[in-house]
Amino acid sequence: MKTQLTIAPILFHWSPEQKLDFYARIADEAPVDVVYLGEVICSKRTPFFEKHYDEVAERLTRGGKKVVFSTLSEVMLKRERNMVAGFCELEDYELEVNDSSALWHLEGKSYRIGSLMNVYNEDTMTYLVGKGATHFSLPSEMPGDSVAVLAARAKELGVTTEVQVFGRASLALSARCYHARAHGRIKDNCQFVCEQDPDGMPLNTVDKQEFLTVNGIQTLSQSYLNLLGDLAGMQEMGITHYRLVPHTQDMVAVANIFRNALDGTVSVEESMQDLSDLDIPAPFSNGFWHGQPGHQWIDQTPTT
Amino acid sequence: MNRPELVCPAGTPSAMRTAVDAGADAVYCGFQNATNARNFPGLNFTIPELEKSVAHAHAGDTKVLLAVNTFPPAGKVNLWKEAVDEGARIGVDAFIVADIGVADYIHKNHPEIRLHLSVQAAASTPEAIKFYCREFNVKRVVLPRILTVPEIKNMADEIPCEIETFIFGNHGLMVEGRCSLTNYITGLSTNMDGVCSPAADVQYIKDDAGNMTTKLGEFTIDCFSCDENAGYPTICKGRYLTPAHDGAYYAFEEPISLNLSTLLPDLMAAGVTALKIEGRQRSRAYVKSVVSAYRKAVDSIMAGGEPEISGLLALTEGQKETQGAFKSKTWR
Repeated sequence: MKTQLTIAPILFHWSPEQKLDFYARIADEAPVDVVYLGEVICSKRTPFFEKHYDEVAERLTRGGKKVVFSTLSEVMLKRERNMVAGFCELEDYELEVNDSSALWHLEGKSYRIGSLMNVYNEDTMTYLVGKGATHFSLPSEMPGDSVAVLAARAKELGVTTEVQVFGRASLALSARCYHARAHGRIKDNCQFVCEQDPDGMPLNTVDKQEFLTVNGIQTLSQSYLNLLGDLAGMQEMGITHYRLVPHTQDMVAVANIFRNALDGTVSVEESMQDLSDLDIPAPFSNGFWHGQPGHQWIDQTPTT
Repeated sequence: MNRPELVCPAGTPSAMRTAVDAGADAVYCGFQNATNARNFPGLNFTIPELEKSVAHAHAGDTKVLLAVNTFPPAGKVNLWKEAVDEGARIGVDAFIVADIGVADYIHKNHPEIRLHLSVQAAASTPEAIKFYCREFNVKRVVLPRILTVPEIKNMADEIPCEIETFIFGNHGLMVEGRCSLTNYITGLSTNMDGVCSPAADVQYIKDDAGNMTTKLGEFTIDCFSCDENAGYPTICKGRYLTPAHDGAYYAFEEPISLNLSTLLPDLMAAGVTALKIEGRQRSRAYVKSVVSAYRKAVDSIMAGGEPEISGLLALTEGQKETQGAFKSKTWR
């Protein structure tokens, strides 16, 4: 199976126009195979884009992309529970699950497991495959040596695996909205201040070191995951899908860089240079993959 | 109203004895390794220690709940299975678990032992909880600290198992089981290794003026002037800078402890079966004071009186307390 490139759900609160433009470009120009749609962070944001899903899904499908809908990661309110139940009724598209609430509804159906679900080991994977899971997007904090074990088990079970290779890494979820808090508000009267930060709100240490990124109830890394140097090893393990988290930088260019690197048509060094040329506004990190502190950059340049 | 079970922390054999003697209905504990979410140096039980401690607890009619509530990374699941098998052999009264694979193992191999769903599983809806009950015959859920009392009441009406909620202690801001901040900074994972802000990565640095900087790994978590008490550098309790806010601020929450003593009658009326005190990392003195105080409060409510709890503020983090998400949605 040829490796597949995927576009994760948009994590940030982009305007409908920005999302429509983004998906139009992805549909027409990006060498990606799967696009995940849906609001996974904050249910308050959903009304803004709901009416566009049909049109966007159709356009992406016409562009040769497989569309998968991704469910909310933190489900508490009645409205949120109903949203999840509604998605679980979806028949035309596959579903990626980000909270165990959905598993209750999906008895007897097939589904994908999202990276915000805790699948850390082969026993959990095996169990969920028995319950209908066909694909696993793994938590970004997982070290490569554990992922290798999971990829091998996935192969035996006949399911596929996905690892995030680009973009800020999700680090935590909370019930509290930290965007609202920074603006002296609470979640219920947030006035959608998260809209001001299309790549998230920077959180720096008091001595001005770049640290974390806030996106509503979610905390992410300030660094961007960049696993270009590890793609060859991942392909050897049998990882089938490679996930790009959407940012405001040129994601078509990012997709091309990763596609070429996966195909081996452009060298790792050159791909790294191409990615650096995109002016990503934060350092790169790959520590999680190497079993080191996640923020670190472990140099993968082969010594000659 | 049913008499709720008071579930108390036992970080060490002596803390367990203290909790049992102070009137705990149940104690919770873990082995000295990554299989539980308080894998800190100097804490937890060896196998012989747990054997002795369970015998003492059972003699005092106190139940022992074994936390096996981290997420085994692929290739290392045997350590978790061994912990479960040892717990079963020793005769613990329940396992507290979060990982689906571990839950499945217990359900298949030790179906006679009760299964409690850990707060680390982050099951926050009736559907999520019903999934675990259906699949693994879970008898009790420890609810994430993100729901209000009315939401807990609605929950109780919809699920087929008992509810345990935290009532006192350290108050993490992130949803348990869904936080990898520590791993991002230190390379040790809360979910896989059971650590949060490990002491080995902590530094306190004092400058000439007496100001104290606290660091975790390479990052400054907070900076205290000489007239402030320097708190432990937990990432979600630090002060940070962001353009939208004037000056350094507690971006997530200030150092503060959960104390639901005044909400106890409401929680009990809402159908909460078990009340949990946090603090396996705390001293015997803490365990003794908090457990005794809550023992008295619960007994007083059951006898139709008011819960009277005072003198616990000194034991709380930063000497400040909150009712967190439980009191009102405005916390969010």
